[in-house]
Parts: sequence; C-alpha cells; structure tokens
Amino acid sequence: MYKAFLLKYGEIGVKGKNRHLFEDALVRDIERVLRRVEGDFKVSKESGRIFAVAGSDFDYDEAIGALSKVFGLVWICPVVQIEDKGFKDLSANVIEYIDKAYPDKNFTFKVDARRARKDYELNSMQINEELGHDLLERFPEMKVDVHDPDVLISVEVRNMINIYSKAIRGPGGMPTGTAGSAMLLLSGGIDSPVAGYMIAKRGVKISAVYFHAPPYTSERAKQKVVDLARIVSSYCGEIELNIIDFTEIQLEIYKQCPHDEMTIIMRRVMMRIAQELADESGCMGLITGESIGQVASQTMHGLYCTNAVCKMPVYRPLIAFDKQDIVSMAEKIGTYETSIQPFEDCCTIFVAKHPVTKPRLNVIEKHEKALEKVLDDMVAKAIENVEKVICDG
Amino acid sequence: MREIYLDNAATTKTEPEVVEIMNKVMLEDFGNPSSKHKKGVEAEKYVRNAAEIISGIMKTSAKEIVFTSGATESNNMAIFGTVQKRKRYGDHIITSAIEHASVREPFLELEKQGYRVTFVETDNNGVINMDALKAALDDKTILVSIMHVNNETGVIQPLEDIGSTVKSFNKDIIFHVDAVQSFGKLPVRPKKYQADLLSVSAHKFHGPKGAGFLYIKDGTGIEPFIYGGGQQNKMRSGTENTPGIAGLGKASEIAYSDETQMKIQHLSDIRTDFIKSLESIEGVRVNSTASDIFAPHVVSATFKGLRSEVLLHSLEEEGIYISSGSACSSNRPGLSFALSALGLNKTEVESTVRFSFSKYTTEDELKVCIEVLKEKVPFLRQFIRR
Repeated sequence: MYKAFLLKYGEIGVKGKNRHLFEDALVRDIERVLRRVEGDFKVSKESGRIFAVAGSDFDYDEAIGALSKVFGLVWICPVVQIEDKGFKDLSANVIEYIDKAYPDKNFTFKVDARRARKDYELNSMQINEELGHDLLERFPEMKVDVHDPDVLISVEVRNMINIYSKAIRGPGGMPTGTAGSAMLLLSGGIDSPVAGYMIAKRGVKISAVYFHAPPYTSERAKQKVVDLARIVSSYCGEIELNIIDFTEIQLEIYKQCPHDEMTIIMRRVMMRIAQELADESGCMGLITGESIGQVASQTMHGLYCTNAVCKMPVYRPLIAFDKQDIVSMAEKIGTYETSIQPFEDCCTIFVAKHPVTKPRLNVIEKHEKALEKVLDDMVAKAIENVEKVICDG
Repeated sequence: MREIYLDNAATTKTEPEVVEIMNKVMLEDFGNPSSKHKKGVEAEKYVRNAAEIISGIMKTSAKEIVFTSGATESNNMAIFGTVQKRKRYGDHIITSAIEHASVREPFLELEKQGYRVTFVETDNNGVINMDALKAALDDKTILVSIMHVNNETGVIQPLEDIGSTVKSFNKDIIFHVDAVQSFGKLPVRPKKYQADLLSVSAHKFHGPKGAGFLYIKDGTGIEPFIYGGGQQNKMRSGTENTPGIAGLGKASEIAYSDETQMKIQHLSDIRTDFIKSLESIEGVRVNSTASDIFAPHVVSATFKGLRSEVLLHSLEEEGIYISSGSACSSNRPGLSFALSALGLNKTEVESTVRFSFSKYTTEDELKVCIEVLKEKVPFLRQFIRR
C-alpha cells in the first residue's frame, strides 16, 4: 500500500545558507542506498523535506533497511499517496489505510491535516474534524486524544495527497562527506569498525588503512578486514582501503627494540604511516578504536606516547566506552560477527607477554633510535607498495 | 609460480578422467535415473556401474552402496539412522576420542538428547585401547563408530580386532567405520572388519566434491535420513547426483588400479625419507613415524617454538601448501583430540603441522619442501613471543 517515503532530517535544518549542500548530499546518499533495493525510486527535495517515491512495486522491508542506514535521516515515514479525487475519496482511503496498518484498533489518535494547496475544498481544521468523525464512525474502538495520541495521522494536501502515521527512526548524523574526510586505522577487531562508523555518521568520508603482516597474518585476516570495511561502507559509501605490508617493519622492531615496548613502538609507526597516507588523500585527521585502559597500550601513558608522533588530530570516538558497549554497537551495525572470526591470532608473537603499561615518551624515543637508520626507508617502501582496495557494500 | 600441494588429506586435485566422465554425464547423459525413457536408463547405468566398481573393490555387493553428498552426510546418516532404528534396544553409543568432527558432533548431539556416550581413550600412538573398548561395552550398547585412518596423524586403527571385539560381545551392536582417509590408500574391506556401515568421500582420492557413499551391510536396519521420492531403495531420497556418482566410480577405479597402488606403495618409501629429513632439522619432532600403524599419506610434525599457522603461511609464500591441524578444525584453535592423544600439550599442538601426500607427490617436491623448511625455520624461530 505504501508508495513513497517521507524522509525527515534533523540538524541539517539549521544549516542556513549551506543547507542546500547538505540536502543535496543527503539526496545522493538516499539514491545510493535505494539503487540496491528492488524497485525504482525517484528522490526529490520538496519544501524542507525529502521524498522518495516508488515508480514501481518494491520490497518494503528492504527499502526501510536501506534507508535506516543513511546518515542524516532522523525519521523515515512510509507514505500512502493518492490523487485528489475529492474529500469522500480521501476519507475512504484514510479509513482503508488505518484498517490495514493497525489490525488492533484499540488506540488513541489525532488527525493532523495540512494544505500546501489553499484551493482544496476543505481547510485544515475541517479536514481534521471530518476525518476524525469518519474514522470514529467506522472504528468505534478508536478514541481521539488531541494532546498525546498513540497515533498521529498526518494528511498533507499537495499536488498529490500524502497520508502517513508511522515513523521509523533513522540513524541521525550528517550526510556523508559534508564534514571532510579522515583516515581510519582498521584492524580486524571489534573496535575500529565501530569507531569508523561513529565518525562517518558525523558526515566524515572515510578512508582506511590496514597493516598486514604475512606470513604472520593470513590472507583470510586481510579478507576479513575488507569485509569489515564493506560493512561500514554500506552506511557511509565507498571506502578506499590501504593495505600496508608491515612485516619487514615489525621484524625490525622485534630485533632492535625492547619487547615490552613493541606494541607502543609499532603503533607509533602505524600512526606515522597512516598520517602520510592521510596527507596524500586529503584527509584531515586519523580515526582509531582506542579506548582508555582496554589493553596495555591504551593506558593514558600509552596513548600519550602513541599520540606524540601525530601532527594531525586523532579522533577516538570510543575513548570512554566500556567494551560491552562497543560490542553492543558492533552488533547493532552488523560488524560483530565478522570481527570475531578468529584469523588474526597468529600475530600474537609480536605482543610481549608482559607489555609495558606506563611507557615514558623519552625512553620510547631513545629506544626508537635503534631504528633510525632504516625506518624512514622502510616506511617509504611500505607506502610505495601499498595495495588499494575499493570497498563498497 | 611453483605449486607443491601437500594438503591432500584436506582435498585432492580432481583426476582428468574423472572430469571427463562427469562432463559427459552433464552434457550428454544428463537424464534422471528415475525416468522411464532411454535417457533415464542411460543415467541409471552410471549409478549402477559406480556401485559395482566400489563393491568390487570392497568385496561387497552393489546393492549395499548408498550414494550420498560425502563424508559428513554418510557419517550423520550412519549414526542418527542407527540410533533412530535401534533406540528401543539401548541408549549407549561408543566412539573414540579422536574422531573427525562429522562423527564427534553427532555423538555430542545425541548426548544432549539423553544418550549415554563413551569416548574410548587411545594409547600414546592414538590407537584404540582394546581393554578400554571392552570395558565400555554393555548390554545397552547399540552403536560403535571408529575411524579407519585419523585425518590429523594418519594413525590406522586395527579394525579387524575392534570388529571382532564388538561383535563377539554382541553381534547386534552396529559397527560403523569412517573410512574417509583410508579409501583409495589402503585396502578397505567392511566384511573383514565385520562392519555394518562404512563412510567414504570422493574428493579425498581425486574424485569430485559433493559425492560419497555409505556402505550398508545387507540386512542392517537403519532409518533413512532424507525422505522424498524413495530413490536408492528408499535409503536416500533425492535425484541421484549422477555426475558426482560417475566421478566417484571412476576415481575409485583409478585409485585401486595397479598403477596407482604402486605409486602409493612408493609413497611409503618417500615418506620414510621425508620423515628422516624432517627429523634432521633442529627442534622438529615427527609424531607419526612407525610405518606399520600410520597411513602412507600423512605426516604430522611439531616445530618447536613456531606457530603452525605462521609456518603454513610462510610455506605458502613459496608455493607450498600444508595444513595446521585438520583443515576443518583449524579455525577453532585448541581443538585437536588426535594430537592431544599423542601426548602433545597445547603449545605443541599449536606448533604442529600436517603434510599429506597423494599419488602425484614426488620425491623432488618433498626435497624442495625440506630445503625451504631448512631455510625458513631458523629465520622464523628468531621471532618468538617473549
């Protein structure tokens, strides 16, 4: 019965003169996700709201699923659209709609009519009254409550007449790319995809980097990261994933540096590489899945030492999240199942049995001197040999 | 790039002649064996022919062969089918501690359903302890399921002894053999073992994936597992996988040809040399040495201080393919009953890899493998968790 979706956005509404840019981006994102849904849709802007109108039959659940991934949308309202054939016809349609949409009629309601066309036969108040009357007559179990109704039945008289009463929550946030771009350090774990999702939700276009260490990590571990990037991209659009072969650097650190500091030093090198890749691709920041105290390298001391190599802002949206909360989010956005596939465990040899939890920057820097002669070349080589994979879910 | 495939216990390359006959079945003789017309009769011939080839090899009768989708289906059908049919005679079922997941998991499921399950222990080579088996048998025992050759270590079970132990205790106990790793390499004779049921999968001996069979001794009552059109004497409904079955028949025929059996004999010799060379590498222990109780195509070796997956991937870089533990359980670290049975601790299990051969494996390939190992192992050993 639904022929269209009325799509409401939140924050964009306050964007002033730039508003059309945000709206256009949102329309593009909506078009992108609907392209994958069975059915033809036309997306248009219409006085402060966006409509997606189906030109054919379509899969309702699939369409809702796709739309609820569009950052910037706050409400998704399935709409019944009818032509104006007089009030009688409208009333019959509203009754039919309510009958189908609510099998149990035991609820309170209010009709909220609006006219964009002032030449309609009744004014808004009259539509409210007449429709309320007709509904009560047809479904005596229903009751009117104008202050706090269970169901708000909206009727909008435009060129077509829109009838809707249901609203499904969208993810909120801002349309993709409207806030610039950033480089996500993506591992195969649970946290980093969630971190990427959260920043992307604020309208940031995401690129990603993964550090691959064959033969210590397997091809399947790499595939898993590609799969994760793909899931995240199903929300925020195409992600360019940079795969860096990190083995040589890792082995060098292993040979030259104290083992309890390996993870910190490794992370510092990863940040350096990520930063260079970010610069190359016009990203304005890095994103990590770090969370205070989660592992030895993520104490305040650890974060201090890691952060010291960064010249651009590092966004850590999970910094104050408990693990269980991160897991819940990962489950919600659909990355958890993929994250827990056990493919990355063979690189554990590079994790010290007793890693330092309170590293000191001057000590780390001193120990890093052992790498001085070769590290620049190794980093340059790793970046030169980067493998780029476009992930588009 | 050079490719040395030493993971034949996981799966094997399909024989060209097998592909050829399957192609013919798909392109020309594509009829449904149940159809009454000529196309159907032609297709049925392939099924009958395959059953005859297999029963010729095992010295059984063709009507005792039921074609399935492979080992997992055959094992499930044998176990659940037996229990379903014989539950009124008892509630006790026996298997070994080192079975493949497609036997172990059905037993665990039945345990959940209330059956008493005994997992019989093995000696320190992984051979079933006969006294333990005898002690496990009781008057409510309805099924004993034991594998012929273990997929991780290659250890061979003394099926004749096991069969006679079980049957002399009570001839009505159903004896099932998982012969997935042995068929094609060793003689497989259900009658000699007094086995009632025996499972085989085609892709382990150069046949296609998705095809296998369950031998069901004439007169053995088991309940079918799949219901439908009543094909294969109602034991396994569903249109027969004629290309797969034809391929399985051809692969069996080739596997037990004199030529192949000679090559497999030869495997025993090159295996012995390979083991010697492996043992000459420092910190390597071969877990399956004795040639009389281990199959000719599996070598299990522990590389002290190395994680098996790291070794696997670093051989992969050189075009050499091996396995860390059994392919089916390698995603679940810590689960290797066969290796634990050999007395390996957790760290040793995590450092154990499997080399498995086929008739295509050459001495030269194994020499190359040894050279690569000699070069890689010391390098990889520099990097251990500290």
